[in-house]
Amino acid sequence: MTDDKDVLRDVWFGRIPTCFTLYQDEITEREAEPYYLLLPRVSYLTLVTDKVKKHFQKVMRQEDISEIWFEYEGTPLKWHYPIGLLFDLLASSSALPWNITVHFKSFPEKDLLHCPSKDAIEAHFMSCMKEADALKHKSQVINEMQKKDHKQLWMGLQNDRFDQFWAINRKLMEYPAEENGFRYIPFRIYQTTTERPFIQKLFRPVAADGQLHTLGDLLKEVCPSAVDPEDRVSLCCSGWSAVVRSWLTATSTSEFK
Amino acid sequence: MAEEPQSMLQLPPSSAAGGEGLTEVSPETTTPEPPSSAAVSPGTEEPAGDTKKKIDILLKAVGDTPIMKTKKWAVERTRTIQGLIDFIKKFLKLVASEQLFIYVNQSFAPSPDQEVGTLYECFGSDGKLVLHYCKSQAWG
Repeated sequence: MTDDKDVLRDVWFGRIPTCFTLYQDEITEREAEPYYLLLPRVSYLTLVTDKVKKHFQKVMRQEDISEIWFEYEGTPLKWHYPIGLLFDLLASSSALPWNITVHFKSFPEKDLLHCPSKDAIEAHFMSCMKEADALKHKSQVINEMQKKDHKQLWMGLQNDRFDQFWAINRKLMEYPAEENGFRYIPFRIYQTTTERPFIQKLFRPVAADGQLHTLGDLLKEVCPSAVDPEDRVSLCCSGWSAVVRSWLTATSTSEFK
Repeated sequence: MAEEPQSMLQLPPSSAAGGEGLTEVSPETTTPEPPSSAAVSPGTEEPAGDTKKKIDILLKAVGDTPIMKTKKWAVERTRTIQGLIDFIKKFLKLVASEQLFIYVNQSFAPSPDQEVGTLYECFGSDGKLVLHYCKSQAWG
């Protein structure tokens, strides 16, 4: 794990320069200037956009404001997906900064979950961590932790504190020395080619013949359409960073076009 | 958390094909059709082949949440957790504003847009997926 520290840091501190613009039909009392922000890839939109919200609400009347939501080129952005995943999935080929449109009206009930408070984000995040540990260690590690450890994971993410987060997450990434890895590797594969949600299946780190599984093995098994006949992975954008990032957000996020 | 005694309908001896642990819908198993089907939509996609097969889920109440007489249901793989929540709420005649939480492994609450088919593949056992439901947050 220690050898990976530089990689973990780079992944954690990955940022996406973003320009927030108020939707043209929102009613304002004066002109709304765009707002620029470096978004942390491993975080959630509604967790890091308090300043964006304040910025636009300054020029709006109270009665014109309801729940904030975000959209990119007509697609509502799911706050419960990690920011990096949203970008890779929807905007990786666009020029930077990433142009996100801000809405305060007409919440798209069909496409988005409501995010009434930070508690909702925390609950979602912890649920992902628990689901991942159910796959990795039959929930043993996360269940043996104390409430304050769970809190530290969340606070680490919320306050962008790498050391705080990893002091606890380290335990979730360990496995017994006599084993070659987790029970199952938690992963999710998101595709732009389908409206269906992610692919998630049971996948062991080691093959029946004792060989360690690679990312290619995983793709071949669960997403053969992403692998070309010559056995090479075709167009696997940000696969590397995505797979490592997955350890932070507890579930892998990768994109295949 | 104490388990309440089970009065679930038993599956016939597993006739699973393809090692998937899937069983055909047994006559005792009821397909959940909500009392009024309007508001409950299991999703619009029509997946092909294998994914069309229904899966068995077992619904268990937690705490003082009312139990359901029929505990075992066959549901489409593409039904979302939200679809299931809507169905259970209608079945139990809860008012729309009441919350309902669904848990896997008595541990985590999958997000509402997650499909039960995926959860079944990762967390199902003995040919069924056990889900606990609760009117309050039961497990952090």
